[in-house]
Amino acid sequence: MLKAKKLFKRTEFYILLTIIVLGILIQARSGQFFTGNNLVDLTRSMVVPAMFAIGAQMVIISGGIDVSFTAIASLAMYATTRILLDINYQGSVLLAYAMGAFFGLLMGVLNAILIARFKFPTLIVTLGTSSIFIGIMQGVLGAHELPIADPMTAYGKAKLFSAYNDQLKLSSDMPVTVLLLIALLIIAFFIMRYTMLGRGIYAVGGDEVSAQRAGFNVFAIHVFVYCFVGVVAGITGITRACMMLNCHPTNLIGMELTVIAAVVLGGTRVTGGSGTLTGAMLGVALMTVMSNSLILLGIPTYWQKVFTGAIILIGTGVSAYQVIRSKRRLVTTQKGA
Amino acid sequence: MTNLSRPTGGLNADARLGGIAARDKNLFRLIIMMVFVFVLASSLKPDIFLRGNNFISMAKQFPEYGIMAIGISLTMITGGIDLAVVGTANLTAIIAAKFLMATVPKGAPTGHTVAMIIAAVLIALATGIAAGSINGFFISKIGIPAILTTLGTQQLFTGIAIVLTEGKPLSRLPILYSKIGNKNLFGAIPVPLVIYILVAVTVGILLSKTRFGTQVYMLGTNENAARFSGLNNTWITIRTYAISGLLSAVAGLIMMARANSAKADYGAAYTLQCVLIAVLGGVNPNGGFGTVQGVTVAVLILQFLSSGLNMFENVSNFYRDLIWGGVLILVLIFNYAINKREENRLLKISIQDPKQ
Amino acid sequence: MSDYILRVENVKKSFGGVKALKGVNLEIKKGEIHCLAGENGCGKSTLIKVISGFYTADEGTIELNGKKYARITPAEAIRQGVQVIYQDFSIFPSLTVMENLALNMELMNKRKIVSYKRFRRIAEEAVSKIGFKVDLDELVENLTVADKQLIAICRALLSNAKLIIMDEPTTALTKKEVKALFSVIKGLQAQGIAILFVSHKLDEVFEISERFTILRNGENVATGNTGELDRAKFAFYMTGREFNEEPFEPKNIAGEPVLEVRSLSLKNGYRDVSFKLYRGEILGITGLLGSGRTELALSLFGIYPAESGEIRINGKPVRIKSVKDAMKNGIGYVPSDRLTEGLFLPQSISRNIVVSKLDRLSTKKMGFLKNKEIAAEVEKWIQDLSIATNDAARPVQTLSGGNQQKVVLSRWLATELSVLILNGPTVGVDIGSKYDIHAILRSLAAKGLAILIISDDLPEVLFNCNRVLIMRNGSIVNEINPRETTEKQLAEMATDVS
Repeated sequence: MLKAKKLFKRTEFYILLTIIVLGILIQARSGQFFTGNNLVDLTRSMVVPAMFAIGAQMVIISGGIDVSFTAIASLAMYATTRILLDINYQGSVLLAYAMGAFFGLLMGVLNAILIARFKFPTLIVTLGTSSIFIGIMQGVLGAHELPIADPMTAYGKAKLFSAYNDQLKLSSDMPVTVLLLIALLIIAFFIMRYTMLGRGIYAVGGDEVSAQRAGFNVFAIHVFVYCFVGVVAGITGITRACMMLNCHPTNLIGMELTVIAAVVLGGTRVTGGSGTLTGAMLGVALMTVMSNSLILLGIPTYWQKVFTGAIILIGTGVSAYQVIRSKRRLVTTQKGA
Repeated sequence: MTNLSRPTGGLNADARLGGIAARDKNLFRLIIMMVFVFVLASSLKPDIFLRGNNFISMAKQFPEYGIMAIGISLTMITGGIDLAVVGTANLTAIIAAKFLMATVPKGAPTGHTVAMIIAAVLIALATGIAAGSINGFFISKIGIPAILTTLGTQQLFTGIAIVLTEGKPLSRLPILYSKIGNKNLFGAIPVPLVIYILVAVTVGILLSKTRFGTQVYMLGTNENAARFSGLNNTWITIRTYAISGLLSAVAGLIMMARANSAKADYGAAYTLQCVLIAVLGGVNPNGGFGTVQGVTVAVLILQFLSSGLNMFENVSNFYRDLIWGGVLILVLIFNYAINKREENRLLKISIQDPKQ
Repeated sequence: MSDYILRVENVKKSFGGVKALKGVNLEIKKGEIHCLAGENGCGKSTLIKVISGFYTADEGTIELNGKKYARITPAEAIRQGVQVIYQDFSIFPSLTVMENLALNMELMNKRKIVSYKRFRRIAEEAVSKIGFKVDLDELVENLTVADKQLIAICRALLSNAKLIIMDEPTTALTKKEVKALFSVIKGLQAQGIAILFVSHKLDEVFEISERFTILRNGENVATGNTGELDRAKFAFYMTGREFNEEPFEPKNIAGEPVLEVRSLSLKNGYRDVSFKLYRGEILGITGLLGSGRTELALSLFGIYPAESGEIRINGKPVRIKSVKDAMKNGIGYVPSDRLTEGLFLPQSISRNIVVSKLDRLSTKKMGFLKNKEIAAEVEKWIQDLSIATNDAARPVQTLSGGNQQKVVLSRWLATELSVLILNGPTVGVDIGSKYDIHAILRSLAAKGLAILIISDDLPEVLFNCNRVLIMRNGSIVNEINPRETTEKQLAEMATDVS
């Protein structure tokens, strides 16, 4: 019984509830929410932001905030695509992913050095590196829209199954990339929950000094986090190109805000030290449902940002206000000095 | 009864509320940097850079983001950050534009137009204050961290702007507005520059010579202690963000004059630039320190760099992002080295200070 | 096999020209409870960090378990059984008790993969060492300060500790919790573990330690058996000055109360509290943590406004719903945690002094600062309170703890103050400044200020107040005359023993 009570206190529960309620509302309005094809479409839309969220959340748990991952993804995606096109690559798509991950890693290392070694404020550093990466891409490489190599197209088109919608005579394909997302989730989950490295990330985010004293290698933990984000961002960039069937250098820029908002909505504290992958995924799901389903509700797409902004404010506001109210009221005088 | 601690000889209580001399050193360093960049640009392309129209052109460009930089700096001094400046600027400009489009038909008499322009400006400024106050409210009363709040309102305000314009630019503005906005007073001083100077001087005085300014610095240093010292944190925060909103509105109006139109996503790159300027100008991202003088010199450094880059045709505009990002990182490293030295100096003082 | 667990010989340590340790010696026998005392800046913290390996000594040796080291790494120190418990306990608030207990051990064993079963086993073993009952799955941030400390101790015991160093462990504890801690320490001693107890509270030194070492300015001043120590000698060793302790005699107590509280209540805080406070007197309120004393003070200052009851200033009922209200009515408050609640560390001394008086020191309309008056104000307080500095533009963090407290004090004086409330006025303040602050308070009372001291430092309350109220479980249970009450009696009245 106690376990059930604890469940009700968790943010994740409320997000799930909100998604379900929204789903019911949208279904009532348009009759198109709980259809196979819509659910597949939603999942498809979730893949890229969810991948980003895995990395973004790790950074926030470690006590930082990273806004450069979309820039990393874009540059990694562009560089890889350009090279593969130039050599008219026909081999396995794995190489594309390896290259993307590699480029992402390089960029992640830059963040890692600046943050782990110099301990600069993470928001400002990643604002700077984000600019550098975009500048390299657009300035040095003169990026413009590109088609993608055949193996990538093939991979992007590959599907697990199709969902056919009788009413609309539409069919949606569940992309193979969902498996990649699941794989990343499993890896991240294992690291965060079952390795000392992962517990160390929580520890560092909770109290860096204590982590140092306990014997955690704080420097290595920070380096790992930002390199991991880089690699994941690189992989996500390639995934994006495959799924979009083309390489647009700047389309991803701007998504970082929605991803961070989704992660925070899902219960991860901005101050660090706590948060679950489940929550992050639910947060992404909620944001995706919101943006995708506006159309189903008959709301024109340019209302998107208004909703995104409102959700960020309401979502974070509710949990923040609860914290403030508990601080204002004397709960028990025994707690704390 | 007891031995009271003896004061050290020659008390010379320095009444400057400013603080340690290091801050003046920082400004000095910045000025050197500015002169260096200026000389560099002048020597590389004297025929372009050292021209009258170049100066006028620069003086027209920097106020837009310079004013927003001052706004962001103010919020950073309180320990927060205003990432919604661009959204606020655009939204307020759009509201002003819509007003003008609705009340000034083509061929309207000048008197009427001027009156409507004044009204539009006032409306924009009021909207800016309101927008900023919303930020301040969420941050201080609801308790959402400033980063998240302003990320949210940036989306919200930009979103409302998109809805109001359906994504398209509003360009049927009365010509008179741009004429006034782009005018060069006495043939050489652009109106935006005058506005910048007014803003900088006002905010500068506010920060350094009024009690509100001191309260802002103290709140940014230690929020808890501020509360225990009788400061009204909520009110100070709301006022700060309201001012930032107001400044964003001013910037938005200037942008509208230059572009002769209002659009939902002008100046999207300005946010990073303004944070860069703030950090370069000596504003401590954790709060408690920063001056308008520092920010102004930083604005000029950036403007010289920017105009300088423009003079080289084969350097595309996209390199700008690269350079800004790089400069930001370099500034951080540089400040780090300086601060470490300052810390060691302070450590020596505190250990050597005679105690009883 | 040496008798000693730790021998520090002639250790020197400098930081960029500043000599923190000038050749310090320390010897601790196995299973001994040893107290290390000294004022702020005497070198205690540096010495601990050298012993535990975080700093490397410039000269000198450290001998642990008979093994001599010129330099020692933190890992090696841990291996030799040295465990340090810092004042903040080094815990992770957002993780569970179980994880907090187990993580250090796992790290030491160089574990890479997590097994929650193993965590639990380690955690259970840890709490069993001192019989600590706690919910292993609870988040540490939800525990009391005393429990957090016990967690730190349990954790330290896991790694076969032979010497546990505790840095000012009783700062945030109530008297009852201190007693519990001391019995835990005695229990550790029974297991053969030596304890190095850093403190500047004489009563604790007396109560728990067998031998002591006192440092001043980086040098040894005295070492010996605690039995041979007395109050006067202790104060002298710590500061190099002699102190005369006289109980406070109020000069002029006004006829009418300046502050009167009637049936004040706050849910979860205190209930039905009534008392009077007169100009010229120093009233003490003491009690355990949770007795409501801090909450009462915070209500009078407007931070947690009372829910029912009446507050009267100079006979007139007033509403205090915010700090502004309190200040308007002439009430000032010096908080208990100077560093987080009182000071703006990197800001100048000037600013720290005038921050609460800005309304008065600026023009009414636009709020322009009156710099000349500010300078005069700052100078006045630096003189009056003997704040040791010759440049008020320096950051206040360069001052010693005692001088910092004086700055906080001066912030309130000269606002139109009728009542000054101080919560733990000399916590974490070295003995020299402690007496200075008491002297300042006495002279303020003599000048007509009404002072309310909230403290659980019983000697402080007994010597510096002319009346003491005792709170227990949210109510005032007694009022005593310090001349007629012993410390022991006072302690009994404050606890739940009846």
